Order: sequence, then structure tokens, then C-alpha cells
Amino acid sequence: MATPVIQTDKLTKRFGDFVATNEITFDVQPGEIFGFLGANGAGKTTAMRMLCGLSIPSAGQARVAGFDVYKQTEQIKRNIGYMSQKFSLYEDLTVLENINFFGGIYGLSNADIKTKSEALIGRLGLQGEAKKLVGSLPLGWKQKLSFSVGILHQPKIVFLDEPTGGVDPVTRRQFWNLIYEAAHEGITIFVTTHYMDEAEYCNRISIMVDGKIQALDTPQALKQKFNAASMDDVFYQLARGAKRSE
Amino acid sequence: MEAVALRNLSKVYGKEATRAVNDVSFTVNKGELFGLIGPDGAGKTSIFRMLTTVLLPDGGSATVDGLDIVKDYKQIRSRVGYMPGKFSLYPDLTIEENLNFFATVFNTTVEENYALIKDIYVQIEPFKTRRAGKLSGGMKQKLALCCALIHKPSVLFLDEPTTGVDPVSRKEFWDMLKRLKEQAITIVVSTPYMDEATLCDRIALIQNGNILSIDTPANVVASYPEKLFALKAGNMYALLQAMEHYEHTLNSYAFGEYMHASFRTDVSEVDVKNYLQQQGLQGVEMKTTVPTIEDCFIKLLKD
Repeated sequence: MATPVIQTDKLTKRFGDFVATNEITFDVQPGEIFGFLGANGAGKTTAMRMLCGLSIPSAGQARVAGFDVYKQTEQIKRNIGYMSQKFSLYEDLTVLENINFFGGIYGLSNADIKTKSEALIGRLGLQGEAKKLVGSLPLGWKQKLSFSVGILHQPKIVFLDEPTGGVDPVTRRQFWNLIYEAAHEGITIFVTTHYMDEAEYCNRISIMVDGKIQALDTPQALKQKFNAASMDDVFYQLARGAKRSE
Repeated sequence: MEAVALRNLSKVYGKEATRAVNDVSFTVNKGELFGLIGPDGAGKTSIFRMLTTVLLPDGGSATVDGLDIVKDYKQIRSRVGYMPGKFSLYPDLTIEENLNFFATVFNTTVEENYALIKDIYVQIEPFKTRRAGKLSGGMKQKLALCCALIHKPSVLFLDEPTTGVDPVSRKEFWDMLKRLKEQAITIVVSTPYMDEATLCDRIALIQNGNILSIDTPANVVASYPEKLFALKAGNMYALLQAMEHYEHTLNSYAFGEYMHASFRTDVSEVDVKNYLQQQGLQGVEMKTTVPTIEDCFIKLLKD
């Protein structure tokens, strides 16, 4: 088997007496769509921040894209993509300016940025909007653009933090098509969501409760194990007992 | 009398005259739990802000409790409860202080209407000396609901109370709403989650400032025009693509574990399965399925 893109061993983060992320151990394989679920306050964001090289763990081990989360945080940042619902792109810059800006941040050459931005605009059908301010685009387009910019530097893995919150059901599905395509091209997807139907689109999912990973498997296997009709049921059975909220 | 009535209500923003709310008309009956269902940018918040008199309409009219939202704004303000999407209590005041503040502003006391909030308040009471800014998301939400209820409003407006909230907390919140409904308070609630629509008495589906449909959830679902099928295969991505390119497909899209599809013509399951087999798909499963509100919304968006 290929080397996992994410490998953690008892990864832990404490804030004072509070154990936000408590000894989580899991692997994510190359090209996998991995759903990272949990109730509000379960410790997902803290775990994700450690995996993105933004927060140093209190204990345990983890490697992301082959780099150590304690010592090689800069290399991690260069080899991952990140997109959240809150921060996407600069609204006061045009589509092209945003692509150029992020291409530059990721250290791509000008020639590379030019080819990549043309390809990206073509693929998203944004030819008519390339010189428009991002702020003027509909939310669904912004999110698609934001995702494409997030993988402009062809990272090994992209972290998506609730990428489809508040989006209409058609745009939500178009967004998942982009995710499938990226996974098809070998980019590993690490995604959080509160939509349980989206959990079904993942190859495997983990469910965090009170800082720990309480379940990790394919959606199919989880439903069997919990004797549940839907992922909603599985989630409910596990998270109902949660002691803490955000 | 209706609790809320909108007649061609409109709101236009900015130089480009974006019609955020476009000639919207609907009524909400007394004691009803009415849902405004639509994605971000549909116009839900603009409607709430006009109905709670904090934003003036650019066209049309509306009444709340029989009062005009422009002329009678002062009376409306004392009669409605409003929980905006963004947390808007005083972060530097404690739970207790916030609640007292809102009671005082509305010329009442916490004791007078305690029965109304008791169920919810007991859950946060152990932390009543904690500042609102230091509370968890779920606790903030409960406090905001108490503050919106403390003057016993006749109409309660809740703007996306469950956005970004996990499925377990969402269920709890809707249980609280059901209990409030029993107290004869009219509730108008907005949400981007289609699955919450079935918990309302009636719903309006809204997109880009336009109402797509208004009815009971059961009627919305019953009016779905085509036969809907659920399909599954070993490779879901390949299945989605194959169905997209099938000549008889009208609509096809992912839907959790299965995908949903409807057809232009009356095709048989055998035809579809044969086609999929030709496309190299294995382990194909196909069955008819009952549409959900989300299927109806997708259908309305694609028409």
C-alpha cells in the first residue's frame, strides 16, 4: 500500500486542563475522500489546525504529506490546500487577480500561473467573469473558484472546512463534482460537513465525540455496525451522548 | 386574522439594483410554524429585517399582527421577538444580566413570563453568572431564544437559528420550537437545511428573492411531477456520469448513499439497467423512491 497522506498516532492538544483533541489515531490514503465529522465542539477544528501546521500538538505524532507536524510546519503549508466557509477569496480583487495572488503565495512561476489560471477559468466557464470583482459573483461560484484556487499548486491533500454550508442543493452537488474530480486526479480530500448526505459521498468517515474518534469506517460499514438506516442515525447515536459543545 | 401578511414586498440594493426580495407575497396564520427555506442570498434575512421593522421596503407592503410595518413600526417592535442569524446579545453581560436587560427594555420582568422560557432557561441557568461572550454556541443560541421570548411576543422571527449547528443540536432546537408552538406563539423560521422543512406546518421555498412554492411540506412533496428513482452502483462517480449522459434522463443528481433520477419518457428499469451495463457499471440497484423537499427544491431550481 502507498504511504498514507495523513498518519496520526495519539495526536493530542490540551488547552490548560481542557483536552480538545484526545489521542486520535488514523490514516488517510492517497486519493481518498475522507469525511471528518463530529458535533460542534468535538475537537475537529483543533485537530485540523494541527494537521495544517497551524497549531503545535501537546502530545502524539502526526505526518501530513510526509512532513512532521512539530518540525516541518512550513513544508506542510506548502503541500496542502485549505478552504473554509468563512475565508475564501479577496472580494475586492478580480477573479484573475485572486488567482495571481494565491499563485504567487504558493510560489508558482509567472508562466505557471498564466497557464494554470487560463485552464482554471476555462474549466469553470468563467471567461466572461475573469475581470469582475469576486465580491460580485454568486456564492456558489465563489465557492467553486475558492476550491479551484485552493488546489492551484496541486497539493497532495486539500482540507475543506464545511465547504458547502448555506449553499443551495444544486450548487452543493456541483461542488461535490469538483471534489470527485480532484480525488480522481489523485488529490486527497479531507472534508468536514454537517450535511449527513454528504457523509455518504466520502470513501471513509470518522466521527469525533468529546475529543476522541469514536468511529471510523466506510459509510456502509458504519451503518451496518450501528444498525442504522442512514448516516444521520449513526451520527445521532454517537453524538447524542456528547458531554461538551463548542 | 393572519399573524403576518406580505403583499408584493420588495427590497432593492445597490447601484446595480439587485432585487434581493422580488414581489414576495404570503401569509402566516396565527399559531402557525412557518418556514422560509432557501440558500444563502435567497432574500430570507431581508424579509425578516423588513417584517421586524429594521429595514424599509422598496415596494409592496406587509403587516405583522395586523399592524403596518412602515407606519406602525413602534407597536410592532414591542410585539415581535427577533433572533437574528448573527449572535447579537451583549457579550460583556452575563446570562442573567442579558435576560433582565431585554425584559426591562420591553417593560416587563423575567418573573412575569418565566413560564414561557422555563424549559429552555433551566438548561443554561447553572451558568447564569457567566458572560454571554464566553458561552458555547449551543448555549448562546438558547440564551438568544430566551431573550427573544421574554416579553411574550405574539410573533417570533428566527433567522437561521440552526446554521452551522450539528445534527444533534439541530434536533434539540426543533424540539424546543415544537413546545413553543403549543403555547400559541406564531413562529416564522428560516433555514438553509431542506430536511428541517418537514418540521414546519407550511413552508415557502425561496431562491434569488423569488418564492418558488408555498404549501404544506406534504403537498409540496405530493406535487412532484415525475416518478423518481433511486440508484446505486459499485462506482457511484461513474454511475452519476453515466446517468447524466443517458438520453432519457430528465434530472439526475447525487443523493446520499443513492443517486436520484427522473426520466423524460416512461422507461423501464430493465432499459436503464441494460444501458448502465453497457456503460460498464456493476452492482446496479434501482428502485422507485418518494421525493423529499430537497428533490422538489432541485426540481424547481432546474425548471
